[in-house]
Amino acid sequence: MKQIYVGLTGNEAVATAFKQARPHVAPAFPITPQTEMMHKFADFVADGVVDTEMILVESEHSAMSAAIGAAATGARTFTATSSAGFALMWEVVYIAASLRLPICMPVVNRALSGNINIHNDHSDAMGGRDAGWIQLWCENTQEAYDHALMCWRIAEHKDVRLPVMINYDGFIISHTSESLHILPDEDAWKFVGPKDLKTGYSLLDVDHPITVGPLDLTDYYFEHKLSQIEALKRAPKYIAEVYKEFGELTGRHYSFYEEYRTDDADMIIVALGSTAGTAKDVIDAQREKGVKVGLLKIHMFRPFPAAELAKALSKAKVVGVMDKSASFGGWGGPLFNEIRSALYDLPARPKIHNWIYGLGGRDTDTKQIVSLIEQLQAIAKGREAETVNLLGVRL
Amino acid sequence: MAVVNLQTLSKNEDLLTGGHRACAGCTGSNILRQIMLTAGQDTVVGGATGCMEVVTTIFPYTAWKTPFIHSAFENCAATISGAETAFRALKKRGELPVPREKINFIAFGGDGGTYDIGLQSLSGAMERGHNMLYVCYDNEAYMNTGIQRSGATPFGAHTSTAPAGKVKQGKDRHRKDLTKIMVAHNIPYVAQTTPFHWKDLQMKVRKALDVDGPAFLNILMPCTVGWGFDPALGIELSKMATECNFWPLFEVENGEYKLTYKPKADRTPIEEWLKQQVRFKHLFKPGNEHLIVEIQRWVDDEQRKLLKLCGEA
Ligand SMILES: Cc1ncc(C[n+]2csc(CCOP(=O)(O)OP(=O)(O)O)c2C)c(N)n1
Ligand code: SF4
Ligand SMILES: [Mg+2]
Repeated sequence: MKQIYVGLTGNEAVATAFKQARPHVAPAFPITPQTEMMHKFADFVADGVVDTEMILVESEHSAMSAAIGAAATGARTFTATSSAGFALMWEVVYIAASLRLPICMPVVNRALSGNINIHNDHSDAMGGRDAGWIQLWCENTQEAYDHALMCWRIAEHKDVRLPVMINYDGFIISHTSESLHILPDEDAWKFVGPKDLKTGYSLLDVDHPITVGPLDLTDYYFEHKLSQIEALKRAPKYIAEVYKEFGELTGRHYSFYEEYRTDDADMIIVALGSTAGTAKDVIDAQREKGVKVGLLKIHMFRPFPAAELAKALSKAKVVGVMDKSASFGGWGGPLFNEIRSALYDLPARPKIHNWIYGLGGRDTDTKQIVSLIEQLQAIAKGREAETVNLLGVRL
Repeated sequence: MAVVNLQTLSKNEDLLTGGHRACAGCTGSNILRQIMLTAGQDTVVGGATGCMEVVTTIFPYTAWKTPFIHSAFENCAATISGAETAFRALKKRGELPVPREKINFIAFGGDGGTYDIGLQSLSGAMERGHNMLYVCYDNEAYMNTGIQRSGATPFGAHTSTAPAGKVKQGKDRHRKDLTKIMVAHNIPYVAQTTPFHWKDLQMKVRKALDVDGPAFLNILMPCTVGWGFDPALGIELSKMATECNFWPLFEVENGEYKLTYKPKADRTPIEEWLKQQVRFKHLFKPGNEHLIVEIQRWVDDEQRKLLKLCGEA
């Protein structure tokens, strides 16, 4: 298939993908750095390129609430947010998943207040990691575009029916122009396909009325939570199928995580998002010097592919997990805790250490990653080190 | 002009079944049934968390014979605004699950869910011009969580968070005027009604559903538990509230105020209404006479302002 080579920011790329998916409804509320995504999408609507009905709500809580009302009719629905906006909609984020509504939502990752800060870290999305959404994470503009196309196929799959959150780093991805390949509109539409409106559960089917979101107490609530747990367990199979089909179509092959130069690596860094790109450059330079270091970048954080990750990391001597959010009062960041727990059942576990980094958009430069690798080398050689560390902060 | 006729209404299907768990004597289910008689089957209903949502659904049961959605407490207007928008989006593309030229969208919430926590969501939905009706059923407190004070609770009423005690005499503020706040949204139809005046209520529901754009109804809803009265008296109390001008019936069509029920010139003193309810009992203790005087003053003031707006002064 012939693709189009363009230069777009992450926000523009995601808006382009969403336009190609022809959603019915899009509630929107501004917050940096997500805003340009909605601006761009609104331009498409204003120019008649797509006939989506936008709902310009008065808050993110209402954005997600309106998305729930729209998706409950069967309409293909998205909204987008960042940081405080995500925090404000938190209550309804859970409800969207509980009602099994296939809403797609970019969370353009930004630090949570306070103090107020518009730059990137992952504290917003990590606060919603147990909300029942599928969480996919992107390293660059290309990945953000690709996931913004693939998310519909995943969310709307009849055996999944869950909302999908696409995470991409504020400013670093959202506002940076990069060259990428996009699909022609017709090919993108052929891949995404129309929303299946014959699910039997439409709020607009007045001939077959349903009640959505009833009171649900001790006698059934738990079983309904079970159905969510099961749906998330089933999801990886279909995510893998969608990744495969997309790979065959575009030549861009995704999996739950990407392994970069890990084959013979003694040390593996684990990261989410754009930091992976910086880490890859550093790893290339270190490899030149014979340092056996690799990277594991996670795309699918929810559901968490614990068994696969344990296997992938089992060959390393030391694992360094990078968390771009703090779990205050906890023992290490959220990614670290998941990975460490996943490794527990291995007969021979690598050592595993955590680095909290980049909070509030503190620049994560190559020097910081070099220093992290030096610490990993020392640990590999048997030097005692703290389990949880900070990177790039003035102590 | 909306014509309401008992003969036709009595033939309409009851779209809220019996067997729901409202308290004996709750006027809420009466109000919902009346609304649904006029709205009919082609209606999507949204309910905010609160008594009426809780008593009409419990998995695996529902009292609703039309589509119904509840998502949370403060967001019913936003939720229904999403459904209403989806209706237009799907219709435009010829993708409705069942073809319909029009579907009614009704969101309802209690006074807590409307005057207070849901005010922002309601205001947004009304300002955006969705083709929907929002109904506030006003029982004057947060009943579902145990009768706490809301922005709609009347002056002097005892509630569990603003109780009458040795030094305090219940709520120390008059209620806010939500109906006027909604009028200020310049939407095509706003009205106030009660379940006793069924013809008035049905006519207002009809008008509200017929206008092109948002409409708002504020309906007083006596609550036997929260107000403390004999369960047989709920409808009677809704009548008295109007007779004593505590809850005047009026409508505002495209900004024009109109009184839809003219109380007698010698209105019933507010005391008559207050004394029927346990929540006002302390007002009748010696030394509290001034509180009743204050309520009467407020009622008279409000009525004077309303009559002026209605061109009746
Ligand atoms: C965000 C949130 N805050 C608080 C509650 C608890 N809550 C549930 S119903 C309710 C009171 C509802 O009062 P009102 O809207 O007046 O309806 P009523 O129960 O009186 O019919 C409250 C406080 C909730 N469910 N959600
Ligand atoms: S507490 Fe009041 S409002 Fe709630 S169901 Fe009972 S009577 Fe009705
Ligand atoms: Mg109430």
